[in-house]
Amino acid sequence: MTTPRSIPACPLSAVPRGAAVRVEAEVPIAVFHTEDGELFAIDDTCTHQDASLADGWLEGCEVECPLHASRFDLRTGAVDAPPAKRPVRIHRVHVEDDMVYVTLSEGAVGGTR
Amino acid sequence: MKRIVVVGASLAGLATARALRAEGFAGELVMVGDEPHRPYDRPPLSKEFLAARDGPAQLSLAAEGEDLGLRWRLGTRAVGLAGHTVLLDVGAALAFDGLVVATGARARDDLPGARLPGVHLLRTLDDAVALREDLRRGGRVAVVGAGFIGSEVASTARALGCDVTLVVASDAPLRAALGRFAGAVADLHDRHHVEVLTGGRATEVRRDGPRPAVHLADGRRVPADTVVLGLGAVPAVSWLRGSGVRIGDGVLCDAAGATSRPGVVAVGDCSAWFDPALGRHHRVEHWTSARERGAVAARTLLSGGRAEPRPQRPPYLWSDIHGRRIQLAGHARLADGVTVEAGSVAEGSFVAVYRRGGEPVAVLGIDQPKQFMSVRRRLVVQGVPA
Repeated sequence: MTTPRSIPACPLSAVPRGAAVRVEAEVPIAVFHTEDGELFAIDDTCTHQDASLADGWLEGCEVECPLHASRFDLRTGAVDAPPAKRPVRIHRVHVEDDMVYVTLSEGAVGGTR
Repeated sequence: MKRIVVVGASLAGLATARALRAEGFAGELVMVGDEPHRPYDRPPLSKEFLAARDGPAQLSLAAEGEDLGLRWRLGTRAVGLAGHTVLLDVGAALAFDGLVVATGARARDDLPGARLPGVHLLRTLDDAVALREDLRRGGRVAVVGAGFIGSEVASTARALGCDVTLVVASDAPLRAALGRFAGAVADLHDRHHVEVLTGGRATEVRRDGPRPAVHLADGRRVPADTVVLGLGAVPAVSWLRGSGVRIGDGVLCDAAGATSRPGVVAVGDCSAWFDPALGRHHRVEHWTSARERGAVAARTLLSGGRAEPRPQRPPYLWSDIHGRRIQLAGHARLADGVTVEAGSVAEGSFVAVYRRGGEPVAVLGIDQPKQFMSVRRRLVVQGVPA
């Protein structure tokens, strides 16, 4: 078993409320800062097609894929309706000294079938 | 309401069925579809599906583990509507308490020779399977039509190694949709060696020897191994004639999907909803509208039209042409000016914002998804931010 890896994602100031940033990790990660002030991290690539969810439409705790409108729940990674059919992975986030850290979760990209 | 019949088993019908269940409808829900397939995604038919060897399962619109408790009547066409009964081509009649009209549109084929061997329309999964078999053989492909289907098929056929000629009646492909920015797509075709014949009004497809050839009004001739007609689509509403449901360019609906008949809503490509931004009925053939309006139509049907309509987003469409991602949202025709606000038109990657009185009303982006979304979110519809 490997130890969960925590990576510095971006300064907190780089992701104001209502915004998102794409972070290049072993797979791209999207960090979201909701209007309510919560931080979430998920796999950045939509499970349907090559689109960056960091470019998506953030509303509450959901992000809508910028291309085809499937919505992902930032808290669970679940998708609401096709064309995307698989959830995205979610990752733990914490802030230390104004830096956002993401702890990558295990498991296959694009969830399990 | 005990039984709701949805006529049309594609995106709009499925989205409405899904919303009916989400709104708590627990009665019988019947889906009638004239194709043998369960609902599948059409946009890839001119793009990824046409280019690849994927099976139909890839296109399924069913969500994993989803059970909407639908009764399927597939491979069956609705031929009439009388009272509270849908008449089917197999002679059966389906009684309903509520009806969702989602019969979509069919590809136009009103060109002499449209049904000759080697000549294709592209609307259904079966159309796409037949076309990709021919494209795999390579050779010369003539695509007729200046819309998105024409440009997408030209792009895919080129990627498969075919020699492609795109015949457009206007002065540039996608002129109607992209206006002064249509040149960016013409450049893409040029760079990818798709020959574009402008001012080419096709009059017929004729078989000259073993191969079909597209004949143009000015005497030009485009011989090809495969011909694809992207002539546009017409709403599939003839089955509603005499039913009391008002028809214009599609089924005429109010701004929440209600038709002229109580208990009947219409959604998707067959419907022309009243658009408050335009001040008239407007038929929209966009995937996103079909998907989003199902929820609105479901609420209208279940509430008898009394549900407060939620503000709807401006129309949105996308296209993939020669590896470029084109996105368009809003009503460009409402604008009094347009400015390029990111990227460069010359380089084929930009965002153009259409404004009226300083407020953005439409946005066009090529390969600029982030900038595009930031404007799309600010589009104004009837004073209501999207």
